[in-house]
Amino acid sequence: MTHASRLILLHEDDNVFVVVAPIEVGDMLTIGGGTVPAREGITVGHKVARRALAPGDRVIKYGAPIGSMTAHADAGDWIHMHNMKSDYIAAHSRSTSGGGA
Amino acid sequence: MISGYLRQDGRKGIRNVTVVAYLVECAHHVARRIVDKVDDPDVHLIGFPGCYPNAYAKRVMEAIATHPNVGGVVLVSLGCESFDRAALVETVRASGRPVELLVIQEVGGTAATIAGGLAAVARVRASAADATRAEMAPSELVIATICGGSDGTSGITANPAVGRAFDRLVAAGATCIFEETGELVGCETIMAGRAVTPELGDEIEACVKKAEAYYTVMGFGSFAPGNAEGGLTTQEEKSMGAYSKSGSSPISGILKPGDVPPTGGLYLLDVVPDGEPRFGFPNISDNAEIVELIACGAHLTLFTTGRGSVVGSAVSPVIKICANPETARRLAADMDIDAGRILEDRATLAEVGDEIYDRVIAVAAGTRSVSEELGHREFILTYKAFDPIGPACLPTRSRSMMA
Repeated sequence: MTHASRLILLHEDDNVFVVVAPIEVGDMLTIGGGTVPAREGITVGHKVARRALAPGDRVIKYGAPIGSMTAHADAGDWIHMHNMKSDYIAAHSRSTSGGGA
Repeated sequence: MISGYLRQDGRKGIRNVTVVAYLVECAHHVARRIVDKVDDPDVHLIGFPGCYPNAYAKRVMEAIATHPNVGGVVLVSLGCESFDRAALVETVRASGRPVELLVIQEVGGTAATIAGGLAAVARVRASAADATRAEMAPSELVIATICGGSDGTSGITANPAVGRAFDRLVAAGATCIFEETGELVGCETIMAGRAVTPELGDEIEACVKKAEAYYTVMGFGSFAPGNAEGGLTTQEEKSMGAYSKSGSSPISGILKPGDVPPTGGLYLLDVVPDGEPRFGFPNISDNAEIVELIACGAHLTLFTTGRGSVVGSAVSPVIKICANPETARRLAADMDIDAGRILEDRATLAEVGDEIYDRVIAVAAGTRSVSEELGHREFILTYKAFDPIGPACLPTRSRSMMA
């Protein structure tokens, strides 16, 4: 796995990259032959759209579907709980109230 | 060379631990004081807190008290709890291990039982010290893997590196176990395709479906806030990353806690209870899963972490493999292997896989893992209910039984 940029592609079918070095607002991201400025800081391990994604689009990582978009994203946008969801079980964060369904 | 401890049942251990086991929470303090006063890296505290009987807990306690890494056992009972202490004593004795039982209500209370327990530990250890040593081949090892505190780096570095090490171990004839079907939701079809028989493939799909249904009732998947902070968004995304720990060997069978794999190869441990959800979350934290892996005979556990877990385990050493280079720097003194180097172009997946393999052999040969050195000996066992595995789950055993 070699990578000069802050983004790596795990599988050729993927529509998201994985961040391997911290991204700050305004950093130029190399995506699909062009460059786009990062709209926000994104930390290591997070996902960035490889191309524009629409609500309902399957998000593909490791060559496998990992959920669906709930909002529009442009290439270079951060992809996380604010714009995608599980197709299986709802994830939870610390703000989710404890216990029960 | 690995110099193991040969047990009466033919299995070999890589440690010669004396366990002090409390059989109800009411005996926990006394058992803990005994272990604290002995203060020896090879005397470990284990136990079950519940007063009500539970077949699963009994099976796991029996499996761990007769684990190849265990050389002797001291049981601490309050006296009125439901745990069948006589049966446990008999199981341990029949395994050829020294065993002593202290019942607090009969011995005469806290101080008297601590004093009696210290003497019992000394006798058991003296007897366990006579264990037969025997050379142990890598093919005789049972190696487990688990991930905890996963983030977006886990599935790129540490988990596939463990997969490489697993492939090498399985090729050497060793037994490898991966687990947590609730963390494999979304991978069931790919995984079923690796099963050694189509019937086993069906069982794999069924046990992931069971996990999904169970977690749906619980209201949460196996997905913690730290996972999301680390860049994972969904259960199936976490699953694909977790799944890469299994490597690429064929899947030889499905186990449930307490089932010992019949041959070498790669096995999936089904940790999700059967029947209607009754006792809450399948595993309330990572150590509950490690205990179940040990109950299946695991000599040591490969623990991958992105956010930075620090745990170890009683009975069987834990080797920690850090996926995230930033975490590896922050928690450097807690990690055995820094797989985050892969992200920074300082090592390849294959190199880290080989490093994990070499570390497995070294720890099996007696080198203490980092969590062992730090004194981590976590243990947790709670209530569960399982049905026995079906015949399709262990095709190799079915074949050998027919032969």
